[in-house]
Amino acid sequence: MSGAPGKGSGSEAGIRVCIRLFATYAEAAGRDAIEVTLPPGAVAADALAVVRAQPWAGRLAPSPAVAVNRRYAKADAELRDGDEVAIIPPVAGG
Amino acid sequence: MWAMSGWLTDQPIDVARLVADVASAGSGGTVVFLGTVRRSEADGDVEAIEYSAYQEMADAELGRIVAETRARWPEVRIALRHRTGLVPLGEASVVIAASAPHRAEAYAASRFLIEETKRRAPIWKKERLATGAARWVEGRPAGG
Repeated sequence: MSGAPGKGSGSEAGIRVCIRLFATYAEAAGRDAIEVTLPPGAVAADALAVVRAQPWAGRLAPSPAVAVNRRYAKADAELRDGDEVAIIPPVAGG
Repeated sequence: MWAMSGWLTDQPIDVARLVADVASAGSGGTVVFLGTVRRSEADGDVEAIEYSAYQEMADAELGRIVAETRARWPEVRIALRHRTGLVPLGEASVVIAASAPHRAEAYAASRFLIEETKRRAPIWKKERLATGAARWVEGRPAGG
């Protein structure tokens, strides 16, 4: 990246997370991941809000489950830089 | 890549091997559950179901479900496999073997394992019909 480190852009202070999409959500989005930078202190619900703002968000379940680092997480779970967030469509295993 | 614990497989499940895995001299009862791909009358002839998974998390979640089962029924020996990829009609998509000194524990553990797997494992399925059409099977809200 260009530019002086530290002051100004604010991006250095953000946390980068990868939001993974699966099944019907990946199909609707036309991709299986969204890379985003969120403000420090962001929680799982903030990642979900990013997804809810997508043009295909009508395909989302009313309250989709969210996983952080491969484990189901509550909406207020705090995110850290490098976390893997997943929006989990209704499941149909078995 | 992640280190798979081996709960998922893209190959046909060897039921006899899972039964052998849970065999022990102290076992008085073994329950084997097979979930199989079936015909769906509402949608026409299903030829196969394509299972897709959030592989890393499904593997981890199945591991957590097995660990919880072992904590609840310490005497039960457990083997479990879930398929991914295309599973033809009649083949098993999931197999659970549970053995215990007494049948009640084996039945209870087996039931818990399949119900929790269906409720929690991040796995999805798409029916492939004889007509060539494909359709996502509506799931249930995932629960942690």
